[in-house]
Amino acid sequence: MVLTGAEIVVRCLQEEKVEYLFGYPGGAVLFIYDELFKQDKVRHVLVRHEQAAVHAADGYARSTESVGVALVTSGPGATNAVTGIATAYMDSIPLVIISGQVPTPAIGLDAFQEVDTVGITRPCVKHNFLVKDVKDIAATIKKAFYIAKTGRPGPVLVDIPKDITAHKCEFVYPESVSLRSYNPVVKGHHGQIKKAAQLLFEAKRPMIYAGGGVVLSNASEQLTKLARALGFPVTNTLMGLGSYPASDKQFVGMLGMHGTYEANMSMHYCDVLLAVGARFDDRVIGDPKHFQAEPRKIIHIDIDPSSISKRVKVDVPIVGDVKEVLEELARLIEAEKPNPENASAWWRQINEWRGKQCMLYKGSDEVIKPQFVVQKMWEVTGGDAFVATDVGQHQMWAAQYYGFDKPRRWVTSGGLGTMGFGLPAAMGIQLAHPDKPVAVVTGEGSIQMCIQELSTCKQYRLPIKVVSLNNRYLGMVRQWQEFFHGNRYSESYMDSLPDFAKIAEAYGHRGIQVTKPSDVEGALREAFITHKNDLVFLDFQVDSTENVYPMVQGGKGLTEMILAEDL
Amino acid sequence: MRHVISLLLENESGALSRVSGLFSARGYNIESLTVAPTEDASMSRMTIVTSGSDEVIEQITKQLNKLIEVVKVVDLSEAAYIERELMLIKVRAVAKDREELKRMADIFRGRVVDVTDSTYVIELTGTQDKLDSFINAIDRALILETVRSGVTGVGRGDRILKV
Repeated sequence: MVLTGAEIVVRCLQEEKVEYLFGYPGGAVLFIYDELFKQDKVRHVLVRHEQAAVHAADGYARSTESVGVALVTSGPGATNAVTGIATAYMDSIPLVIISGQVPTPAIGLDAFQEVDTVGITRPCVKHNFLVKDVKDIAATIKKAFYIAKTGRPGPVLVDIPKDITAHKCEFVYPESVSLRSYNPVVKGHHGQIKKAAQLLFEAKRPMIYAGGGVVLSNASEQLTKLARALGFPVTNTLMGLGSYPASDKQFVGMLGMHGTYEANMSMHYCDVLLAVGARFDDRVIGDPKHFQAEPRKIIHIDIDPSSISKRVKVDVPIVGDVKEVLEELARLIEAEKPNPENASAWWRQINEWRGKQCMLYKGSDEVIKPQFVVQKMWEVTGGDAFVATDVGQHQMWAAQYYGFDKPRRWVTSGGLGTMGFGLPAAMGIQLAHPDKPVAVVTGEGSIQMCIQELSTCKQYRLPIKVVSLNNRYLGMVRQWQEFFHGNRYSESYMDSLPDFAKIAEAYGHRGIQVTKPSDVEGALREAFITHKNDLVFLDFQVDSTENVYPMVQGGKGLTEMILAEDL
Repeated sequence: MRHVISLLLENESGALSRVSGLFSARGYNIESLTVAPTEDASMSRMTIVTSGSDEVIEQITKQLNKLIEVVKVVDLSEAAYIERELMLIKVRAVAKDREELKRMADIFRGRVVDVTDSTYVIELTGTQDKLDSFINAIDRALILETVRSGVTGVGRGDRILKV
């Protein structure tokens, strides 16, 4: 069948069973939009800014097991998308971004809305393509989906010049992809897995440290099974939250810069560490020298060999898909039944650390504590909401006080730390899960970075709950300035804030401003229960000087925590 | 430590910039980089001379392998290998220098490939060290232009980098 390039693009998306396409039209993609108009299999979601298109596709991908797809035009369409692409790249989220490009004869001539999209995005994509011949479109899109979702996932961009979308050729969608230069290792090395099992059997102070790779590999069940068989403590990174049930007694909380006392102490003083789909990030272990000063054996399972021994030297590297490796490891463990007594002294130590109750905060009847809002939200939603966040203090409080028992419920920009991510990401989540409660925990700073998406939410009737912890400050910046810059709050106070409830109303939603602690629960109930089917913007006026504890200062060692009780 | 890394990559536009971009983005050092197609026109062979600690070199090879268009990577300097670089050096050759430069070229097994009344172009092939030595051996003031191809290399004996 002879089709135009634009028809081929749309047919490819249909072949890939793309449910939603997040995008924004423009000159270079007009032929593609014309073909979208003529069909109803791929549903297009019109965002209000291209950054949001990519974040929405990202939220969709994180909350499902599918590839998120976005479509943007050339020039500013592509540059606006870059923040979204980099966000997905840092967190290894599978996306396919299709960008329009000026017609091939105009490339390189500084044409209207021309930018070197492949060049600009190169450092923040898993791979990208410039399609120069209509005959290559189908094979390229097939490859893009394959590369995005296999191995360590990531965003893949396909740049298509306008004239190519008008040219015609025979359309055949390839059934499979084979790339001689790209063959990710899935199965772990058996000898290494045996070595790992042996170390785990002998461990006296074992620790399991699980990251976003467990979520990406859909291996929560395997992780939980293995951890229970071993009876070892488990910690999650920010990206790994939900991969192990937070309510389980073996869970010691999140670790890292704002991790729990017990998680950070156990991570530091363990003798055998099983790292699963995590990368010893600077926000997780702090200073690697300090971390490595304490002797321990490290087993590291990761699909990306370059993640292994990057910041911390590893003793037993296992390259492979986390799920497959965990399954094989569990078989070896179950065959030989570990002795739970091995770690009993270690558990006593951990329980002593737990006794510090590092997550306690001073409540108040006068002013709303941000932590209290998150705790109440957990109660009102039964701990089963999808929670997207922006970046800053609110993000950490959401991570600390909303215990996730299931994977893919927690959607946050961990690697890049992108303010403005939450609301558009929640749109993608809500579309993927129309009947589930979806919340954005945000702040008055972050929400204003993509607030225009309230309009998209109206158009597609997305009943997202915006839970804004409004402290009138760029809270995390203010906290660092308080701790490390002599209380000089340089440009971190937000003056002239709008009435957010009225903004929500202006966009056709509901808005509630909450100022008293006694009104918190009622407002949450109104949003999540009474007005379940509406978008409700909850503007919580919270304590403006509250800090996130515990805290490991940037560059310090993991055990050098500032605790709330120290102050 | 100095390492000579050799790779096979898809001969596609953009592949070179992915490699060079990787080095600049991650702060790796490039001393020289050469690239040209192989007998199979769909594939290019690249040689990179870099330096760094063992950890850095391990990361460099892993990060190179991660690039979708890179087919194979080998650190030639891990075992026996041959390296060669080509240099064309244009020198001022008048009066007694003409004789002296010709003699130096002969000692280094170079050839004079262009001659005018006042200049020579000397072609020289060898390891990086040998070319450096030649430059150091002649009078600096006589050098008009130095053009070096960058290092290329191949493993000795059975060490073969092929798909």
